[in-house]
Amino acid sequence: MDLLALPPNLRVLLGTSLLGCVAGVIGSLAVLRRRSLTGDMVAHAAMPGLCLAYLVAYELGIGRDRPAYFLLLMSGAALTGLIGSALVTFLTRWTRTRQDAAIGIVLSTFFGAFVVLLSYIRYLPGAHVAGVDQYIFGQAATLLTADVWFIAGVLLVSIVTLAICFKELKTYSFDADFAHSLGWPTLSIDLGMMAALCLVTVVGLPLVGILMAGMIIIPCAAARFWTYRFGPLLVISGAIGAATGVFATLVSAEYFVRWFGFDPLAFGYNRKALPTGPVIILSGAAIFLASVLFAPRRGVLARLIALLRLRSRTATENLLRALYELGESQLPRLAPHQLEEIQQHRRWNRGQLTWALRRATWAGWIERNADAIQLTASGHQRAAEVTRIHRLWELFLISGARIAPDHVDRDADSIEHVLTPNIVGQLEAMLAESGRLPRTAATPPQSPHVLTGGNDPVGTLSPGGG
Amino acid sequence: MQAPPVEIHDMTVAYHRKPVLWDIDLTLPKGRLIAVVGPNGAGKTTLIKAILGLVPLASGKVELYGQPFHRQRHLVGYVPQRESVDWDFPVTALDVVLMGTYGRLGWFRRAGAAERDTAMASLESVGMTRFADRQIRQLSGGQQQRVFLARALAQNAQIYFMDEPFSGVDAATEHATVSLLQELRSAGKTLLVVHHDLQTVREYFDHVILLNMRLVAAGPIETTFTDENLQATYGGRLTVLAEAAEAVRLGD
Repeated sequence: MDLLALPPNLRVLLGTSLLGCVAGVIGSLAVLRRRSLTGDMVAHAAMPGLCLAYLVAYELGIGRDRPAYFLLLMSGAALTGLIGSALVTFLTRWTRTRQDAAIGIVLSTFFGAFVVLLSYIRYLPGAHVAGVDQYIFGQAATLLTADVWFIAGVLLVSIVTLAICFKELKTYSFDADFAHSLGWPTLSIDLGMMAALCLVTVVGLPLVGILMAGMIIIPCAAARFWTYRFGPLLVISGAIGAATGVFATLVSAEYFVRWFGFDPLAFGYNRKALPTGPVIILSGAAIFLASVLFAPRRGVLARLIALLRLRSRTATENLLRALYELGESQLPRLAPHQLEEIQQHRRWNRGQLTWALRRATWAGWIERNADAIQLTASGHQRAAEVTRIHRLWELFLISGARIAPDHVDRDADSIEHVLTPNIVGQLEAMLAESGRLPRTAATPPQSPHVLTGGNDPVGTLSPGGG
Repeated sequence: MQAPPVEIHDMTVAYHRKPVLWDIDLTLPKGRLIAVVGPNGAGKTTLIKAILGLVPLASGKVELYGQPFHRQRHLVGYVPQRESVDWDFPVTALDVVLMGTYGRLGWFRRAGAAERDTAMASLESVGMTRFADRQIRQLSGGQQQRVFLARALAQNAQIYFMDEPFSGVDAATEHATVSLLQELRSAGKTLLVVHHDLQTVREYFDHVILLNMRLVAAGPIETTFTDENLQATYGGRLTVLAEAAEAVRLGD
């Protein structure tokens, strides 16, 4: 055992990171089965078991320095934790209590029992409440080398089991009935997953206490923003769990003082070592928040950027089409148009028009001389394409969706910018079949309705110049 | 003579003591496309789940090709109701279809090239090759239903049980599904399909099971799918049965 003894700091670091990893992996399975709150319930339900076990140790005279003491407390916690989960199952299956309500009932009842037992212990002569109440929020500093090896063992067994039964667990988690129809022992799989969850929760109690729930739920919730595959989800979730453990240990131990010569997180106060458990949860929450904001595609920022891109593209395409429609009667000659004309041609949001003008200039689609704006050759080509898609869509809406011609312009506006080449191709084929597609498909078909400003007979068109 | 694909004797199924199916006696012929029709709560889903051993039987027995189900699993393909799973689950369409090959693959073995080929071929026959690597949440309802269908195809079964494969799908998917089912029938497979649209039963199917907590009628469409039988299935006379079931549940 001496060979395996670890220095205290390394012990805490390994303990929290390994626990974070195993909680992230096992927690993912629970979260995917929509059992997020089961971990919370188990953590609370385990607490009165700790007290009872402590009382037993007190009566038997087993001191805190004996390994049997730790084992006894963990068994007590596991026992009431399991009783709690069994009660939830019983309540949901045999009474008309829904699962969320059953979890709430069991969680609060067991925690109530814990608080009552704690006050009882407080008045026992010679007993230390400290022996039990460190488990409420955990105390990483008191971690023993044996605890670390135990956590490592749990992690190893979890990973090996997952690797061996990967496809079974994936299939069962996704579709339990289907797995059952394949003849798999779904009840055993379910019990195994519950047992693993209980085990991880109880193992984590000395480190983070009832906050184990957060270690189980948060890594998976954050990891879901980064992948949509089952395997990578488990890996990322485990990595996030481990990272929060490492980070929290570094923060709450006095490493910063040693590295920087001062404590950047003390903010002028005299800070003693922070409680590791809560810091793990806080750093997990920070990772979750960062995932919500910055994850590719699913993140808030990515979606905002996509939205702005679409808006910008829509504005630019509307500008190009406006210019095309304004000059359509004079084609093939490309004439400049006044900004005012464009503003009258359709309703513009001011910022959008300014942005569209800037973007089109930058793309080389228009040339701008004060307020006179003219399509370039490449701009004309692009504008013709945009207008063609617009009119194809309009024609389809009129013939296919029976929308009135005087409404069709606005309806087309919202969709045409997102039409894929594939859909445009289908539209063309459909319209060609019904003989509504002009033969020169490269140029836009005629507009199916009166253009608002483009056909204005009075010469708002500026003569020559540009 | 070969035993029929499905044979049910005196089967009763109950949830929480409330009987859902009463004394079902049923034999399904081979190589037919069979519709299960009945009002809501008639026990259509329960019929399938009971055959597949997903819900316990209160009494009676089920045999597939003359053997109990647990010996014949490899002959069965299953399409559950689309709503029964979480479509936000982190898997791709191909992942889901691969699950269809797991029954044959056996425990602990990983899916290899052969399984991938089977899965891709199944995706192709439902016209979903392009979406193989899509996360299932990004698929439309009809596409999700096709993925489920492809998974059942990958099971390469003799008997298929499908729970409302036409529910909430677009016209194109419905059309493609029907032709696929008919193709499977032509290949000698037996298909039991829960169907909720009475209008299309005659057009799509060649055999029908009319169900309302008990078996009202079963047989070829021409002779069985009659107004009289439909009246018996959907009409009011059977509410007595539902009331009796309720009384049993209340336990007085």
